[in-house]
Amino acid sequence: MFSANKMPGSWGRYPQIAPNRVLPIFWRDELPNLAELELSILPHGYGRSYGDSCLNEDGILLDMSHLTRFLSFDVEKGLLRCEAGVSLADILELIVPHGWFLSVMPGTKFVSIGGAIANDVHGKNHHRAGTFGCHITCFELLRSDGRRLLCSPEENTDLFQATIGGLGLTGVILWAEIHLRPIRSPLIDMERIRFASLREFIDIAAASEQDFEYTVAWVDCLASGKQLGRGFFTRGNHAEREAPNTIKKKRSRTIPVDFPSWILNTQTIRAFNTAYFHAQREKSVRKTGPYDPFFYPLDAIHQWNRMYGKRGFFQYQCIVPYNDGYEVMKELLERVSRSGQGSFLSVLKTFGDVSSPGMLSFPRPGLELALDFANQGKKTLELLEDLDRVVCQSSGVVYPAKDARMSSESFEVYFPHWREFAQYIDPKFSSSFWRRVTTTVGEAKQVPVKDCKKEQ
Amino acid sequence: MSMRVVIIGASSAIAYETAKCFARDGADLFLVARSAEKLTTVADDLKVRGAKRVKTYLLDLCDLDRHQEMFEQAIASLGELDMLLIAHGTLGDQGKSEQSVAETMQELQTNCLSIISLLTISANYFEQQRHGCIAVVSSVAGDRGRKSNYVYGTAKAAVSVFLQGLRNRLSSAGVSVVTIKPGYVATPMTAHMKKGLLTASPQLVGRGIYQAMKKGKGVVYLPWFWRPIMFVIKSIPEGVFKRLSL
Repeated sequence: MFSANKMPGSWGRYPQIAPNRVLPIFWRDELPNLAELELSILPHGYGRSYGDSCLNEDGILLDMSHLTRFLSFDVEKGLLRCEAGVSLADILELIVPHGWFLSVMPGTKFVSIGGAIANDVHGKNHHRAGTFGCHITCFELLRSDGRRLLCSPEENTDLFQATIGGLGLTGVILWAEIHLRPIRSPLIDMERIRFASLREFIDIAAASEQDFEYTVAWVDCLASGKQLGRGFFTRGNHAEREAPNTIKKKRSRTIPVDFPSWILNTQTIRAFNTAYFHAQREKSVRKTGPYDPFFYPLDAIHQWNRMYGKRGFFQYQCIVPYNDGYEVMKELLERVSRSGQGSFLSVLKTFGDVSSPGMLSFPRPGLELALDFANQGKKTLELLEDLDRVVCQSSGVVYPAKDARMSSESFEVYFPHWREFAQYIDPKFSSSFWRRVTTTVGEAKQVPVKDCKKEQ
Repeated sequence: MSMRVVIIGASSAIAYETAKCFARDGADLFLVARSAEKLTTVADDLKVRGAKRVKTYLLDLCDLDRHQEMFEQAIASLGELDMLLIAHGTLGDQGKSEQSVAETMQELQTNCLSIISLLTISANYFEQQRHGCIAVVSSVAGDRGRKSNYVYGTAKAAVSVFLQGLRNRLSSAGVSVVTIKPGYVATPMTAHMKKGLLTASPQLVGRGIYQAMKKGKGVVYLPWFWRPIMFVIKSIPEGVFKRLSL
């Protein structure tokens, strides 16, 4: 309801770094002359990236959250054009009553469309629909030399591909056009199946991809031994029968304060995970319900990141290729379980081979694991380094949008072609993430790990 | 029959948020603003959001001679008018006004005289029609003169008093006159100012205006807590008030 003068941060609340200043952008035709700004620039939406890819320490952030207007909506063809700051929540509110849906839905709807493109986000239907970038038909990109370029698969193709998944570094996306997917009802037919092991997860996933558009799994990352990799597999499809395209809004809740850090510890999380796992007695439960809780269970609790306390948290999201995917994933889960860190929010998912136009996109075929870790300083950073070693060896990849700590060496392994991408970066643009992962050892690192050291 | 609404100063953040609510209802809109680009941007958006028809009119509202023509155009475009929202304005530089008569007069022209001109023209129309609603975005700043913005406050105070009289006059004709008094709102107009705990979003204020217009309320503070705050501020004796730094 009220907005205090807060410095824009990121969702993981780590690192805590501040830009030199924030420039709000109110109109597409009233941007400042970017070439004249004396510091590096980065567009910033709603700060839903977890680490520092949406931050620009001592630089300038362009606050894009006021550019929230629609340009056009072709209700026949399902083509929607809107400004970069429009959130997916706004889009859904507009399109669902007309029988349309987003072709790709990330895990939260509180992201801007500009951010969804810049991180080439994915959803539970990656095995069918690919990434968000696969459904972008065109966008307008403002470069610091003042050029406004229409980018599409046919026009300015290189910049189109570089900007999708380009972490906001190739210029300012002013507006974009997306291709929507038709639906007959806003309801989802879903099924939740309990699985006892990682092997069982892989089998269910393989058996589900053919018949289910949306698949995802929750995994108990603290379970070990025989129970390693147990969890719930959720799969769903849009309900086919006609239904009114409006759903009564449920009231959302907000976590008003930071939790003290002791609330979430190994014991409480282990107890919670075990209780959660056993809460569903049946092997499989089916139901039909509104799309919101299916896609965005966490959006129902505003500012859930406060659960991890003031020190913030890390998310580790990686994909490992299918060939030795089982062994690698088992190895990762074992290390996490042994460490006793890790939390309730752990997700497993299979990725398909629909390729994205994005040059630096994260999604690729393989097994994906996403884990949250409360920031416990050095202990957590060491565990994540450890996980990086496993993922690097398996030719896997870690998601920049979630990252606040990967080394430049790991980045080089994950994105060996980043230099090719770098030629499309706008010379005036930079981010804390980019400086961190492209600064080799020996050179001065720009993002200090000081917050952690202090806490040791 | 869809609602026919004229919105003056349609590119202002508060007016735009109110217009969004009307658009969702499928209203017919007549939008007036001085920048062609902004007017087009807002009009396109409101069409997507569900407005049945959107007509635009380019006008610098300080050009009082063209108010009559604009108003006639609005009636010609929409057929009949149900509601009028006047929301244009500037937040001038108090310091500059203190040093310049021209600057002060300009402030009064934009935030007061242009509104009174529009009200004079539209009041007769609505009175004759015997239904409808006129709403104007005034401000809590008009409730008491303060050294930090009394020129702006003067303009808003005059508008509020004018509306008070108009409400009195038009009530027998069944026309509601709504005085909107927002507190601090986070808009481009206040982007340079520090935002405190009391700063409201334009979405919240816009929705509040929409509801007040539909209900035909009299004086509305947005958000509501400004009513008790301003009650306290108004009741401070002048002898004390003059020594405060507000």
